[in-house]
Amino acid sequence: MTNPLLSVKNLSKSFGAVQAVENVDLDLSPNSIHAIIGPNGAGKTTLLSTLSGELLADKGSIVFQDTEISRLGFARRAQLGLARSFQITSVILPMSLLENVALAVQSVLGHSYRFWSAAMEDSTIKVSAMEALTLVGLDSRANLPASAVSHGEQRQLELAMALAMKPKCLLLDEPMAGMGVEESAKMVELLSSLKHSNAMLLIEHDMDAVFSLADKISVLVNGCIAASGEPAEIRNNPEVQKAYLGDGDLADA
Amino acid sequence: MTALFRSTAARIYAVLITLLLMAPFLVEWFNQPFYLDLLSRILILSIAAVSLNLIMGYGGMVSLGHAAYLGIGAYCVGIPAYYGIYGGWAQLGLTILCSAAFALLTGALSLRTKGVYFIMITMAFSQMVFFTFVSMEEYGGDDGLVIDLRSEFPGMLNLENGTTLYYTILFVLLLCMYLVHKVVNSRFGRVIVGTKYNERRMQALGFETYRYRLVCYIISGVMCGIAGFLLGNFTSFISPEMMDWTRSGELIFMIVMGGTATPFGPLLGATVFIFLEEWLSAITIYWHLIFGILLILLVLFAKGGLHGLISRIGSRND
Repeated sequence: MTNPLLSVKNLSKSFGAVQAVENVDLDLSPNSIHAIIGPNGAGKTTLLSTLSGELLADKGSIVFQDTEISRLGFARRAQLGLARSFQITSVILPMSLLENVALAVQSVLGHSYRFWSAAMEDSTIKVSAMEALTLVGLDSRANLPASAVSHGEQRQLELAMALAMKPKCLLLDEPMAGMGVEESAKMVELLSSLKHSNAMLLIEHDMDAVFSLADKISVLVNGCIAASGEPAEIRNNPEVQKAYLGDGDLADA
Repeated sequence: MTALFRSTAARIYAVLITLLLMAPFLVEWFNQPFYLDLLSRILILSIAAVSLNLIMGYGGMVSLGHAAYLGIGAYCVGIPAYYGIYGGWAQLGLTILCSAAFALLTGALSLRTKGVYFIMITMAFSQMVFFTFVSMEEYGGDDGLVIDLRSEFPGMLNLENGTTLYYTILFVLLLCMYLVHKVVNSRFGRVIVGTKYNERRMQALGFETYRYRLVCYIISGVMCGIAGFLLGNFTSFISPEMMDWTRSGELIFMIVMGGTATPFGPLLGATVFIFLEEWLSAITIYWHLIFGILLILLVLFAKGGLHGLISRIGSRND
């Protein structure tokens, strides 16, 4: 097995008396999709936030590309190539889709202490931003404000922004949340096409999507990893069925 | 530039700027020298409002302590003058240095807070400066300080001449408006504007928003400090009163009235504010009441302030 891109050991995070994430171990190999599933309140988003740096872990280590990053801030980790998307759509609503993605492009072009020439007239920025929008299929909507497009399109924009950062690892928090069947299918297709160039840690409730995309699945229950393995193993794990998938979801998947 | 003057709104602004450029002649023509003073004051406050608009309008950092920089700039003229130092470049350099240092120190702390806390802490810092100057007996304390000679720029400008001073102020204002326009459209400005709407997203993109905001805060502070430098020269009398928190509130009024996050909003707002103040206070001592009602009406019915109003009229005619 190749060296993991992202390696998490003993990661814990609590809020007061609530242990949201407890002793989580996780390895993400390059060019693979690792899905995290689990019931609501299992700590999936908290886990993702501790990885992205929005929250600092109480203990444990996070090694990304052989660098210990667990004490680095949110922005710093993003600069190193860990890009996250949000469960609740988080884009800059008054700006156009192109301007949104342009900000992401700007962030990989080095510092932004450039005070004079207009950012939106910079052809490097515009071309790369347009590429990212084309990739997710939003190129025809580029000049609309983000507030004017559909929820599904905003989800795609989220992904385009993450992609425009040219990340080494994508942390995706329910990219299909609130999407229709057709939009979800498109998103699954898109994510699987991106696998060659990006490693992904994926939180998702859509089991069809998870089982068709993931190379590895971990089940998070009450902040702990209850099981981890290939999709087939997880599907047949009685422990997992009892804890999370026992309601018949699994049989359909 | 031709594209700029295509819309009706742009033409209105072009006329406004032309009038400002011609003002000294018009004032002489109608023999109303008082109005040149009024205009000078308006333009100085416009510079202050333009600088506040950068952090408040474009950056979402609502500071209720911006008038402190007016005071700092004014005292950077007054205190050297008190010791007989009238060199304009030295005073200007001191102004830039002091306002940048004050912005760096107070910004570094204030920008760790958000919303109402930010408003309160910026106000607290400006009140600290206010009371510091009130307590400095040497420089007149509460009573203020008279500046006997304006800043000297030998061989370049003679600010003792009212018209020269007026054009200097106008030039600085136009320069500041142009600078802010360039900055908000630059990469730096995009980060500032993005952070106003969604700081978390900007951090997720890898921007250390705190540092960008701090730099923006310093730029704005220095710009307002320069407005204070001009104010000190203009009034030839400075007192702590000019940095009272109510002055900061007036700057916010002007911006909201004129149109937040618009290039001409601060100038429009300051112009209407001062003229209204001037006329209404001549009619009745209860002018604050009328003023308040007008402001409420404007906020309720003219979305985007005066700039919004002008743009709407403009787009109807185009």
